[in-house]
Amino acid sequence: MIEATGLQKRYGDQVAVASVDLEVPAGSVLGVLGPNGAGKSTTVRILTTMTLPDAGRASVGGLDVVTQAADVRRIIGVTGQDASLDEQLTGTQNLMMVGQLSRMTKRDAQARTVELLEQFELTFAAERMVKTYSGGMRRRLDLAASLIARPPVLFLDEPTTGLDPTSRLGVWDVIRTLVGDGTTVMLTTQYLDEADALADRISVIDHGTVIADGTSEDLKARVGGEQLEVRLVRPHPDAVRALGPLVSGPVHVADGGRLLTAPVTIRPGLATAFIRALDDAGVEVDDFQIHHPSLDDVFFTLTGHGAEAPVTADAELVEV
Amino acid sequence: MSATAEWVEDVSVLTRRNLVHVRREPMQLSDATIQPVLFTLLFVYVFGGAMVLPGGGSYKAFAIGGLVVMNLTTSSVGTAVGLTTDLHTGIIARFRTLPMQRSAILVGRTFSDMLSSILCGTIVVLTGLMIGWRPGNGLLGVVAGLAVAVLFAYAMSWANACVGLGMNDPEAAQGIGFIVIFPLAFISTCFVPSQTMPGWMQPIAEWNPVSSVAAACRELFGNPNPASLSHSFPAQHPLFMSLAWTAVICAVCVPLAGHLFTKRTLD
Repeated sequence: MIEATGLQKRYGDQVAVASVDLEVPAGSVLGVLGPNGAGKSTTVRILTTMTLPDAGRASVGGLDVVTQAADVRRIIGVTGQDASLDEQLTGTQNLMMVGQLSRMTKRDAQARTVELLEQFELTFAAERMVKTYSGGMRRRLDLAASLIARPPVLFLDEPTTGLDPTSRLGVWDVIRTLVGDGTTVMLTTQYLDEADALADRISVIDHGTVIADGTSEDLKARVGGEQLEVRLVRPHPDAVRALGPLVSGPVHVADGGRLLTAPVTIRPGLATAFIRALDDAGVEVDDFQIHHPSLDDVFFTLTGHGAEAPVTADAELVEV
Repeated sequence: MSATAEWVEDVSVLTRRNLVHVRREPMQLSDATIQPVLFTLLFVYVFGGAMVLPGGGSYKAFAIGGLVVMNLTTSSVGTAVGLTTDLHTGIIARFRTLPMQRSAILVGRTFSDMLSSILCGTIVVLTGLMIGWRPGNGLLGVVAGLAVAVLFAYAMSWANACVGLGMNDPEAAQGIGFIVIFPLAFISTCFVPSQTMPGWMQPIAEWNPVSSVAAACRELFGNPNPASLSHSFPAQHPLFMSLAWTAVICAVCVPLAGHLFTKRTLD
């Protein structure tokens, strides 16, 4: 449904997108994950016909985003980082305006406006000017506006950045519902848990290039499996020996012998077996966990820096 | 729906949107409502007494045509401000992802500004009537004069659209807009006949489009027009010159604004 090959875009000396290839099959969700300034927004801007690529090709629903831009706009919905709403119009007026400019009849736009305000829990503020809305309300209205014409393809550029946790979960629910109805979604985020929770496939992007892609599981596999982490009440000479037969690699000892870590292969009853072995050896345990690798670990492994690590000011300027 | 019908619908949706803004914040329209009343009273009563017109006639009768044009010209800066504000808030970014006709964004803006200039011109005329100004050519003359002035203001809206598209924030657009508009409005025969100006300035004032429109208004209203005493071409053919200026400004600024808009919004 969305395809891009070799996309490039520079602003002056700054390379915003160096080389991006993407593919999003119909009805699936692609999460584009990367830090600020990685080129996520620029990629979205190219795919949504808001800016022209310097090189490469991209299509949405089989329509070329450069030569058939007007037709692409008929099948996409876009929600940007900053809510692009008219502050001086009410919620209803905003949705009606976007609906009518999306070629809906007045009657359809009206019906859909009522429906969306209801769905996004904004009915109570329908006749209030948007400038009186909270950040979460704006974001919901913005999302509603991009859905008014029921677009089959939806682009969400950091849809939950700056939202409080409750609003964030609300937006997640909406996205899940849309996907359930068959909408194809491309979503950018700098939150690893968000990509993990919503995306079928994830493309990790850094410095304008896709550096990895696959399912969340594929990516996690790259950093290895689960890790055992045991914190002892006090160091114990038999602790390492007790763990030995149960772990799948060398046991690493830290914190003066109190912290033991080792790779493990998950199997039923593993945790019970660990506790029993440690108890039999007379080792007293303070804390015990089997740590599943997060996308944060993935990002760190791939890029050498965390996903939310600050980047240079220049790179940040490029992200428009 | 045909492309033309779509375009008409887009323009009307956006025009209505701009008018809702005015209803929400009526002070936004003060340059089309309060300013014309103020300027009319100020010029007629403050300057009027000191003014002797070549060829005779009252300053009040002379001034109204100039005041109509001056007020419409200065209020055309509103186009620059409105456009920059929309670019600034990101609403235009939203428009650009919609299957609408993009030219409707600029046309809707200038069109709603034209409605406010019709209001502005009418208020100057009504203020004039209340303080004793009398048009010699009746209602039809007044309507014709206003029409010429409003068309010129529409052209100036497009010139200001170009200014707005070159600016990053609304305050800058307003500043630059006025720097362009003020000399245009004042080195003209809006308030004083060119005969009272220094010799080197007279041709500038006479060839200034604002002077032609002011003179055309005076002639259509049936008021004294001292410019007709001058033998220069624009002074002798104010109506032709007004329409010609309007056409030339549109011919340059409409495509230029379109180009600047595309350039500004495709990056």
